[in-house]
Amino acid sequence: MFNSNILKNEEKAVFALRSLYRKYGYTPFKMSKFEEYDLYVRNKDFLVSDSVITFTGMNGKLLALKPDVTLSIVKNTKDLPDTVQKVYYNENVYRVSKNTHEFKEIMQTGLECIGAIGVYDIFEVISLAAKSLGAISESFVLDLSHIGIVSAVLDSLGCSRETGKKILTCIGEKNQSGIEKICAENDISEDGCEKIISLVGTYGKIEKVIPQLKAICDTDELKSALAEFESICSLLVASEIGEKINIDFSIATDMRYYNGVVFQGFVENVPTGVLSGGQYDNLMKKMGRKSGAIGFAVYLDTLERLNLTAKKFDVDCVLLYDESTSASDLADAVNALVAEEKTVMAQRIVPESIKYRQLLKLNGKEVDVLENND
Amino acid sequence: MCLKTMINVALPKGRLGEKVYDMFEKSGYECPSIKEVNRKLIFENEEAGVRYFWVKPSDVAIYVERGAADIGVAGKDILLEYAPDVYELLDMNLGKCRMAVAAKKDFRDNTENTLRVATKFPNIAKDYYSKKGRDIDIIKLNGSIEIAPILNLSDVIVDIVETGKTLLENDLEPKETIVPISARLIANKSSFKFKMEQIENIKNSLKAQVKTDD
Repeated sequence: MFNSNILKNEEKAVFALRSLYRKYGYTPFKMSKFEEYDLYVRNKDFLVSDSVITFTGMNGKLLALKPDVTLSIVKNTKDLPDTVQKVYYNENVYRVSKNTHEFKEIMQTGLECIGAIGVYDIFEVISLAAKSLGAISESFVLDLSHIGIVSAVLDSLGCSRETGKKILTCIGEKNQSGIEKICAENDISEDGCEKIISLVGTYGKIEKVIPQLKAICDTDELKSALAEFESICSLLVASEIGEKINIDFSIATDMRYYNGVVFQGFVENVPTGVLSGGQYDNLMKKMGRKSGAIGFAVYLDTLERLNLTAKKFDVDCVLLYDESTSASDLADAVNALVAEEKTVMAQRIVPESIKYRQLLKLNGKEVDVLENND
Repeated sequence: MCLKTMINVALPKGRLGEKVYDMFEKSGYECPSIKEVNRKLIFENEEAGVRYFWVKPSDVAIYVERGAADIGVAGKDILLEYAPDVYELLDMNLGKCRMAVAAKKDFRDNTENTLRVATKFPNIAKDYYSKKGRDIDIIKLNGSIEIAPILNLSDVIVDIVETGKTLLENDLEPKETIVPISARLIANKSSFKFKMEQIENIKNSLKAQVKTDD
């Protein structure tokens, strides 16, 4: 098998995740690199960034390098009654990075569960999300929110869409003073303001948060959303991953696409979220579908700097030889070192900017040690 | 393993940062070496589990967003301008001022022409004028913004106004307030999950010390 030291974090994660998703019956979904640009124009707000690399295809159609995978998967699945299609993918997507304002290739792995999804399917996807994080790092947290609850609380305020959007931004920032200010400026009742603030202030383990939520959920709409959320949460609490799940309503996502649960995953020592997903029945509706859908993506590029240990040496041995050395003697010497599980680089002179553990010199068939850096 | 439980705090260099440190100290996160007069930028107290570092005020948000600091204190102006992906946990009610449009005293906005705006905060200025539907030309400057209207480089400036004294001395006056500004406690989103208890403690203890206006 592979020496696990050779593999980078991202590569290890791809292997682990693939085998995890296979275990639960998800089948690989391979796509072409390009997609018709039209698909993204129609669903622009679903994309993380709205810049897309485009070019003209051979038939004159405007094509794009994929900035997103979910839309393509949804487009390529059919509504089938009472069945659920389960697929996973591992693709490169092209997005503008916020820091460099330039396009970047991002490796992304994820899965989608599309069709007549029920409570079990939702539970399965959330636990696979948690297990995906577990495969990356022992120390991880999966934040869970329910868009139905957040939007019902916002609706109960009776504020304009514009104000609702501003409040949503503050919820995403856990910004209580911001919410207070917006409420005061827009004549939102104290009662309503308090409701939102307690929604932002309630986060933590499922067992702790659910009772607190019951106090906020007083309308029929809220009660039914909470009931659904509770049924999923009780399954999660009973499972092995219950301990790793936090309820946190600050996960800000677009309500036009997502409806039920949404979640975001963090692993320790990576400063940004490494996984995000949720239930997106609204996107399905917008694309003319009857089925529901839930899925998530793991951003593998964020793992690059996880547990980064500086490599002390590039290679175990540098083996020097000269014109008088026969090629067959050299091959024997290199293979002998490789057989000892050492990495070897054969060179005529000592290469610059290569750090080696040992410097060796081949004299005829004899190997002399010139330098030891251990 | 003590590294794991250390809280890294990015403080803005200057008077505001010193006030903020005093509040942290009262919350039980003291680090006496920080008061020594020298050029060191990093200070830590392993016992209290805290490490402070002084950074340029406009950089605090970057340190926090990228996780080099778990928490920090940054002005709302910086948060509005750069929109970092962080939690904004508390309005510290310190360093209060406002983002304002200022111009020469006799300035009249001629809406026939594109308005020339000099500023250090292009995003805030763009956002403000696009909401008003006003066509503007942004002139990004890094300092001495006040001389731009005097030299006819711009029609107005968008800048932070504290007392208005600098403006007055340069024959300018504030015309419109864009947004009130104050210092905020911000936290890295990932750190918040893994150091939740400590960050919550700090937030609550700072909150108890925040002075209200009335």
